[in-house]
Amino acid sequence: MSYDPVIQQAEIIRTHTIAVLVDNEAGVLARVIGLFSARGYNIESLTVAEVDAREHTSRITIVTSGTAQVIEQIKAQLDRLVPVHRVVDLTTETEPLEREMALIKVKGGGEKRVEALRIAEAFRARVVDTTLNSFVFELTGSPSKINTYIELMRPLGLIDVSRTGIAAISRGPEAL
Amino acid sequence: MMNGEKITGAEIVLKALQDQGVEVIFGYPGGAVLPIYDEIFRQENRIKHVLVRHEQGAAHAAEGYARSTGKPGVVLVTSGPGATNAVTGITDALMDSIPMVVLTGQVPTKLIGSDAFQEADTVGITRSCTKHNWLVKDVNDLARVLHEAFYVATKGRPGPVVVDIPKDVQFALGNYVGPGNVAHRSYKPRVKGDLERIRQAVDLIATARKPIFYTGGGVINSGPAASQLLREFARLTGFPVTSTLMGLGAFPADDPQWLGMLGMHGTWEANHAMHDCDVMICIGARFDDRVTGRLDAFSPHSKKIHIDIDPSSINKNVRADVAVIGDVAHVLEDMLRVWKSKAARPDKEALAAWWEQIRTWRGRDCLAYKNSEELIKPQYAIERLYALTKDLDTYITTEVGQHQMWAAQFYRFQSPNRWMTSGGLGTMGYGLPAALGVQMAHPGSLVIDIAGEASVLMTMQELSTAVQYDLPIKIFILNNEYMGMVRQWQELLHGGRYSHSYTASLPDFVKLAEAYGAVGLRASKPAELDDAIREMIGVKRPVLFDCRIDKTENCFPMIPSGEAHNNMILADLGAQTVSAAGKTLV
Ligand SMILES: Cc1ncc(C[n+]2csc(CCOP(=O)(O)OP(=O)(O)O)c2C)c(N)n1
Ligand SMILES: [Mg+2]
Repeated sequence: MSYDPVIQQAEIIRTHTIAVLVDNEAGVLARVIGLFSARGYNIESLTVAEVDAREHTSRITIVTSGTAQVIEQIKAQLDRLVPVHRVVDLTTETEPLEREMALIKVKGGGEKRVEALRIAEAFRARVVDTTLNSFVFELTGSPSKINTYIELMRPLGLIDVSRTGIAAISRGPEAL
Repeated sequence: MMNGEKITGAEIVLKALQDQGVEVIFGYPGGAVLPIYDEIFRQENRIKHVLVRHEQGAAHAAEGYARSTGKPGVVLVTSGPGATNAVTGITDALMDSIPMVVLTGQVPTKLIGSDAFQEADTVGITRSCTKHNWLVKDVNDLARVLHEAFYVATKGRPGPVVVDIPKDVQFALGNYVGPGNVAHRSYKPRVKGDLERIRQAVDLIATARKPIFYTGGGVINSGPAASQLLREFARLTGFPVTSTLMGLGAFPADDPQWLGMLGMHGTWEANHAMHDCDVMICIGARFDDRVTGRLDAFSPHSKKIHIDIDPSSINKNVRADVAVIGDVAHVLEDMLRVWKSKAARPDKEALAAWWEQIRTWRGRDCLAYKNSEELIKPQYAIERLYALTKDLDTYITTEVGQHQMWAAQFYRFQSPNRWMTSGGLGTMGYGLPAALGVQMAHPGSLVIDIAGEASVLMTMQELSTAVQYDLPIKIFILNNEYMGMVRQWQELLHGGRYSHSYTASLPDFVKLAEAYGAVGLRASKPAELDDAIREMIGVKRPVLFDCRIDKTENCFPMIPSGEAHNNMILADLGAQTVSAAGKTLV
């Protein structure tokens, strides 16, 4: 086979954030997740919530990765599900706005407790629960910011983390 | 019915089926569908019901009905085991894009989730083998969902759907709405192709020097008009035509432009032409691995045009240079119009040279076999079956294995909807019940299941259904006492170690036929064959025909898994070795 630069390029694996507008009906999430597991696609993050109570539509935000061809397949496969209204790849030339919220519990006292508070302030994490030897921090930001924060908390007594997964929206005046 | 008058869920089911134009249901009763069966009884069979012997049979029968008519097949089964038994047929319909509506009974809503008797999570189990499915918990949603089910099953790329109906919903009173009042919120498949893309495709076709039409089941699914348009386009261009297993009949096998089937057991000329072409026009086919062989060596020098109604088929396995999303008939109609308006003329000289090349490939006579006076060769049996039935109104179904491939190679299909086979899933046991469905739709026609002795035993019980409903199907068994296709692979890939591919203790098929109340026939010598086939055709009852063939015959040409199109094995080349990589493939 001759060297084909197109094929070579297609092999690059990229992370994409995909927004899917669906009917909020029973089983719709199972369909989406089932599609990913049946066809061997990655799910790095998946969030879902109703976004229009009158229309009964929910928005699913999926972060996945794959070659350009795989991403194209994922979108086409999602689009073919009957309750899916729209599939939009938010990762275009510009990266979308992505936010995640995390609740992070840290246990300990003394110097470590003071240090945890100091870092929380630098990250603008809010303290939402306090006991004499623990804190729960609430932190919103990009997933990488949350990752960094969690890593910093680890030596300071991190004992529990709950993350929401990513909510994403495109920049600029256009809607989905 | 008065406006606003409430009726039971079971009545709603029957009314919806009637309003959808359903003529026949294939089904099997049980506790969770008794109210619907009661309604069928009370309506005095306004819709015909065919009682099968196993729910898998119901699903395959519905597939045969659908494939031969273009209308959706309808299945009615009970909860739990009724639904799980139907799963193979539902999956089969999904793989081959067959429109099918399956109604399943479910335990009463209050018991769902309690591991009640004959409870199965039917929507969970069938989620990945249907195009869509529904659990109806409110009788007032029932009519809407049923109409939606028919819409989804038949629109866009067709497929099976399941509507799971709890027993209490069947008893409950609710409102009926007609099919006209249902608009789908989210599922709106595109049928018209993008004109700009169609123009691009036409431009590319006009420059072709070594073109080929590669057609598939999508042409059949699109309806008879699509086949007509394909024929017209082929005639106008003078291009060669090949087809997948699922597309046989869309283009007449007697036409000089026909190259035969392509793919793993396709012809030398079709596969070589696919490999060497410069413009490939793929119409309603999906670059399945049985067709492409080794992907990185698949038709390496061609530009590819891909017409498909399902956007997810585009660029799935093979990159398309021009993709047109739409229904085959609609797209071909536009394409022809553009072609004519541009007065496009392909390069005559180049085309003549291409046909010259094709003639040398044809000269290889790849389907040739050594006939015998003593043993019936399977190829000969199909050739005789074709010769003796081609002038009749004939439909062919098959099981899965060597006999299926020989049928595809040697039975020459001239028109669409005459050929029903399990392509995508490769389901042994498909052909007999599928023949029932075909015969229900075409009572006066000759319906033949070309079968293998192993496959046919998987759904043999449906012969009882054939007898009950006077469905004079002919089951033509190419009996080699082997799971021939398995044995062939063991011969080529596993050093001739025939692990469990021989069926000892086969039944006496003639006696078996008689036990069912059908007719049993047998032919063991080539000289007996024609008379026996004539007798089979003449009998107006179901026939089980035990055609004893050469047990050692293999099916060629063959592209071993993982090989390129131009790496075919032919009968006269003898056994070749298969790469280690190929061995791991199916
Ligand atoms: C339900 C099912 N089980 C197993 C297989 C694998 N398989 C493919 S062909 C074949 C042998 C079929 O034997 P027979 O029906 O006698 O046909 P022949 O190849 O001999 O013509 C088997 C076991 C299958 N396709 N379907
Ligand atoms: Mg056999």
